[in-house]
Amino acid sequence: MGRKLLTEHINVEGIEKLDVYRKHGGYRSVEKALKTMTPDEVVEEVKKSGLRGRGGAGFPTGLKWSFLAKPEGVPRYLVCNADESEPGTFKDRELMSKLPHLLIEGMITGSYALGANTSYIYIRGELLYVLRILEKAIAEAYAAGFLGKNILGSGYDLDLFVHPGGGAYICGEETALLESLEGKRGNPRNKPPFPAVQGLYARPTVVNNVESIAAVPVIVNEGGDEYAKIGVGKSTGTKLFSACGHLNKPGIYEIELGLPVEEFIYSDEYCGGIWKGRDLKAVVAGGSSVPILPKELILKTATGEDRLMTYESLSDGGFITGTMLGSGGFIAMDETTNIVRNTWSFSRFYHHESCGQCSPCREGTGWLEKVLHRLVHGHGQMHDIDLLVSVAKQIEGNTICPLGEAAAWPVAAAVRHFRDEFEWHVTHPQEATKPGAVFPGKLVTA
Amino acid sequence: MESTALKPQFSEAAKAEIERICKQYPNDRRKSAMLPVLHIAQAEFGGWVSPEVQDLVAEVLGIKPIEVYEVSSFYTMFNLKPVGKHVLEICRTGPCMLRGSEELTAQLERITGAKVGGPASEDGLFTLKEVECLAACGFAPIVQVREQYYEQLDTPEAVDAMLAELRNQVHRPALPWEETGLSNALANN
Repeated sequence: MGRKLLTEHINVEGIEKLDVYRKHGGYRSVEKALKTMTPDEVVEEVKKSGLRGRGGAGFPTGLKWSFLAKPEGVPRYLVCNADESEPGTFKDRELMSKLPHLLIEGMITGSYALGANTSYIYIRGELLYVLRILEKAIAEAYAAGFLGKNILGSGYDLDLFVHPGGGAYICGEETALLESLEGKRGNPRNKPPFPAVQGLYARPTVVNNVESIAAVPVIVNEGGDEYAKIGVGKSTGTKLFSACGHLNKPGIYEIELGLPVEEFIYSDEYCGGIWKGRDLKAVVAGGSSVPILPKELILKTATGEDRLMTYESLSDGGFITGTMLGSGGFIAMDETTNIVRNTWSFSRFYHHESCGQCSPCREGTGWLEKVLHRLVHGHGQMHDIDLLVSVAKQIEGNTICPLGEAAAWPVAAAVRHFRDEFEWHVTHPQEATKPGAVFPGKLVTA
Repeated sequence: MESTALKPQFSEAAKAEIERICKQYPNDRRKSAMLPVLHIAQAEFGGWVSPEVQDLVAEVLGIKPIEVYEVSSFYTMFNLKPVGKHVLEICRTGPCMLRGSEELTAQLERITGAKVGGPASEDGLFTLKEVECLAACGFAPIVQVREQYYEQLDTPEAVDAMLAELRNQVHRPALPWEETGLSNALANN
């Protein structure tokens, strides 16, 4: 059984209240940082921890913090990205609704490290009920002297606010999020300038995912080196995985990075295997944007090694035989799943969520959805399959933000690994479009 | 003078909440309160934001109406047409689809008589709206109604329980800022 650094106390009765949270060691990192450490020392511990951004990109958090510009007399901001919208991902909702003080503690310690005196949590609008929970907890933190002026007598001031979105996946992209926080449409900005130089209100800003910020207290309490001892290589610490799809026990699991994928899927401690006694067909391991892998490639790499739940192992083989850890949105599909139909659903999602700013994405996601729609409904032609690959290629790398890639990769990977199932939709349209139809062929891999 | 009588007005409770929210941003950045204020407006004026309501939002934020229109049409949570008493937002994205969201949608259309994307049911109670991922994939399939998530709606019993609960709601649940004063929505119901 692995260590649970973030969620150890998540099921404690009343843990959403400050006094209960404190009884279980809460707010120790604020006291330690503000009373005994300089801001730079906090940044140094986060660097040593090897913590990588938990929203999906996996960029080292400490390094991101060290890029923050600090011009004299200019306010700077820490903004928490709680716009969790990547299909398959639902860990931040759980963390914030059950452990609101963990995020608040991380925001205080992190803001201190960055020298921010005002910080925001940008939460997706659908989670207004979680915003209420956070606001209640923030009021408690003000009353206890952890927020406001001269926190714990340290001379450090911080105000913390929660801001709701309005329903737009694109606002999970950090510059779109900042536009949205300024009261505008969520159109991603051209970079450079990066937010570290010109972010919110054109001031230096760090944007971090909920889970990254929630890891800061334990890193400060135990030290970056201790944190880095957990995990494998450059995949340090623990990570929350959102397990969903055709599993016996879907839910949120905090694991030590390095757990074999096979154990995660089949062990009763985690997902408990595939539902209804069925066989596993495929997995999308890191949220809908990452390449889908068939069973044999998600359990073992192309060279026959056990696939581990680390950034490196999941991406072993590149996009030909590997995938990405991404946000940890782990979607399992059983043997009856229609891969073409599922790919169409994801394409419809990206088409719907494209902000429309860049034509390759605006038009390309529409093409992907349209071509997949006709394949799914039995009107596809054989050349449509190559058309999908061609459109995906033309989107990739040609857009301001990564939504283009996020739309292209799942389609390209589905054709790569399940081409015969796409062809079946062309050769046997009546069979393939029957409700509940199951592809009878064998799976092929590249 | 007649026209001003028709102009929508925020309740006192909503006005106080809007001022509380505006203080979260720098003084010259009142526009930042756009999305939270649109949420308040939608809660106040029957679950949607008419052009007149959007003009009111522009007025309280001290910005041009076009700045509100371009935002309200970008974000999917804001309803730009009248809706039924309860808007059922059904998640249709991959993980929910794998656990039966298409069957759920068909079932809700059958029971309520409303169609996804169409007008409210004849009794005015339900509007059906398909939405993308609601970030609760492990508890699929899911429906959101205002601030409430209804999860694991994969049995007829679970669906019936949700609809019964909604049918029994005389007023929508009060929001935290309404506890101190009566909002438009609750007063008019």
